[in-house]
Amino acid sequence: MNLAPPLLARYAESLFWMARYLERVENIARLIEVTYTFESPGRESESWYALVRINADEESFSQAHGVADPEAIKHFYLIEADNPTSIPAAIEAARTNARVLRPLISTEMWKQLNQFHHALTAISPAELEGDALSRLTDRIREGVQAQTGITEGTFFRDQSWHFHELGRLIERADQTTRLLDIKFHVLVPYAREERRVVELTQWGSVLRAAAGYHAFRRVAPVDFSPADVVAFLLTDGSFPRSVRLCLEEIERHLVSLRIRYGLGGTRAALERAEEMRALIGSAEVERLSAGGLHAFLDNLQSKLILLAAEIGTAFFRDWRPLATEPAGQQQTA
Amino acid sequence: MDVAVEDPFLGYDCGPFFCELGTEREGDKGAAAAIRRRIAALGLGTLRARARAAETDLFNLGITFTVYSEANAIDRILPFDCIPRLITAGEWAHLDRGVRQRVAALNAFLEDIYHARHILKDGVVPAELVLGNANYRPEMEEFPVRFGTYVHIAGIDIVRDEAGEFRVLEDNARTPSGVSYVVENRHLMLRAFPDLMAGMRLAPVDDYGQRLRAALSEIAPDAALDPQVVLLSPGIYNSAYFEHVFLAREMGVPLVEGRDLSVEDDRVFMQTIAGPRPVHTIYRRIGDDFLDPTVFRPDSLLGVPGLIGAWRRGHVALANAVGTGVADDKAIYAYMPRIIRYYLGEEAILPNVETHICREAMGLAYTLDHLADLVVKPVGESGGYGITIGPRASVAELERARAALTADPANWISQPMVGLSVGPTLCEEGIRARHLDLRPFAVTGRETWVLPGGLTRVALKQGSLIVNSSQGGGSKDTWVLADGAPNGAPNGASA
Repeated sequence: MNLAPPLLARYAESLFWMARYLERVENIARLIEVTYTFESPGRESESWYALVRINADEESFSQAHGVADPEAIKHFYLIEADNPTSIPAAIEAARTNARVLRPLISTEMWKQLNQFHHALTAISPAELEGDALSRLTDRIREGVQAQTGITEGTFFRDQSWHFHELGRLIERADQTTRLLDIKFHVLVPYAREERRVVELTQWGSVLRAAAGYHAFRRVAPVDFSPADVVAFLLTDGSFPRSVRLCLEEIERHLVSLRIRYGLGGTRAALERAEEMRALIGSAEVERLSAGGLHAFLDNLQSKLILLAAEIGTAFFRDWRPLATEPAGQQQTA
Repeated sequence: MDVAVEDPFLGYDCGPFFCELGTEREGDKGAAAAIRRRIAALGLGTLRARARAAETDLFNLGITFTVYSEANAIDRILPFDCIPRLITAGEWAHLDRGVRQRVAALNAFLEDIYHARHILKDGVVPAELVLGNANYRPEMEEFPVRFGTYVHIAGIDIVRDEAGEFRVLEDNARTPSGVSYVVENRHLMLRAFPDLMAGMRLAPVDDYGQRLRAALSEIAPDAALDPQVVLLSPGIYNSAYFEHVFLAREMGVPLVEGRDLSVEDDRVFMQTIAGPRPVHTIYRRIGDDFLDPTVFRPDSLLGVPGLIGAWRRGHVALANAVGTGVADDKAIYAYMPRIIRYYLGEEAILPNVETHICREAMGLAYTLDHLADLVVKPVGESGGYGITIGPRASVAELERARAALTADPANWISQPMVGLSVGPTLCEEGIRARHLDLRPFAVTGRETWVLPGGLTRVALKQGSLIVNSSQGGGSKDTWVLADGAPNGAPNGASA
């Protein structure tokens, strides 16, 4: 067998973004799940508006809808394809990248994504109402998970795989920080003792949305505090969505690219990843949860953007003039 | 079977036309009858259900072409008819020889007109038809191509007349498309109708990618020991993108766009994650005009600046070569029988549809005398426009055609209306006769190989002779019987 030539730079970029957009679809669904469990009677709008703030969509949302009512917000994220942070927009972008990758990805990956895309671009307003919404978000999560499973089982593990995983893990780490941040945006209007219980319930919801509730109960003390939840989601070494685990995996993929494929361009990205891991390792979670968590998460998000930029500069972007990109192929971080 | 199934062929009538699954012919060995029996045994209901499932399958697999409207992109499948078209081993041997002969003549013609121009000097083909042709490329003059092969991939459109004679309707020597459907249709039939072909030995279609890759490697520059072949596509917004994906995958080569390639010191490179890597052969699925903005259209964003320079220096091979469009032009088509005779000293194995060249006095006189019975077509670039179908034209239309012919005879050819052969096709009202054509694909490096069968297109509208997908055409699987195979039904009397 001849050695396959190195991966086309454009394919690497599309793999990275296809994986990111798919991971994003799953995580928007998770954010919506946690939001409707946060809904408290009489304050629905505030709960839902947290979603808008987490995505930094205040401006585009008010332009599209003006008043923030829950129905408009659900609509904004689940139906409106012209909102770039919506699920239909993310699945459209994932599929556009997958079309570029069709010579490379397995037929089964393409077929699943193609069908999933058809399903998600046909979400009807009725599916946002009442209990239908939780069935819808279930379905969305499961669609991405099916894609992940098919990819794991069918995608050729050469250089391509590493770029795919890098995109997925960076997005996942980013989304975990956003999930954590949702607590910052949802005010709890109760008095002391009542408030403690409500907060615990809310942290439980965050954990459930991250699929970490049961694992957390196994490792957390009986009388867990918010700080334990924050520590779990940020620093746990075994939880698949913790920021630390994502960073470790990112490093592993970068190292593989450097060692197995001799790609020295990974150096700058590796330095960023190590720096972030150190930052998380040294974080004083007790203090953060008392105040300053939001700023800390913001900082993590900016550093993830820089990490993605290092990968882009080394492997995709520096040669590719942005001006010649056809419409619809611009990626949004 | 307990329930009596109404014979779905009841009401099938092929009229005066040759039926590809009915008309008696030698060497069929009972295959056509077996297929008809099996379809009848399935019954209309089952046929329809399976046909629907097959089309859904095509859609989900993304075996589609994309139609762009102002607001959005719509993926369409090429409608698929599940009743196959049959070609006997003997018929195929004839078609295969005929296509190879045609390709040999096209290549000899191109070699000649871009070098010594004997055929023009001998007055066999009028020089102005060639040199004044919009697709003639002066850049090609005196430029040697490997093995004298200009047309590496050819698609020859063939029809069958009422008498059962195969005739060439058109040569496609630029970037013919459709081969992906040949292979995908077979896979689809194997999934959806395995019982239809049970026990039949058909010529396989699966090695197209390998053959193509081998030919493209053969034509690579000498210096390349392990030539890097790529497929150059306009990208995901091209309506034939699926086919580009298919070909890249079947060959196992990268599908690149113009922006992935660059030229340095007259050598072509593709941009990879490990930096630029040399490219030796480019199967380009973009037109001549768009290949190199420094030579052809300066506004082309699809091409690669400097590509033609690299090619002329012999550092990269292009398939098909630049400038092949002059050979598949309607004006040249009329001369193909003479071109074959001139270079090969043979009569055309596959005749043209009878064509009258109005630039010649005899042709003009005949055309004017029989205007009401003929199809009159303008030659050159404007193809498709200005066609007058005599038997369907009004008196006024005929008079306008007469005036145009007299004013500029050289701009016209005329042909009789050909009654294309038909095949049973699943329609709303049942199984009905619909007109077909055939596009075999020929791959040429050092030698020519023809993929057994080819794309069978079917005009799905009743009476229509237009098989193009843009005008209500679909496709069928094309079954070429393998030579010497028993083609009855060895297993089971019910089959």
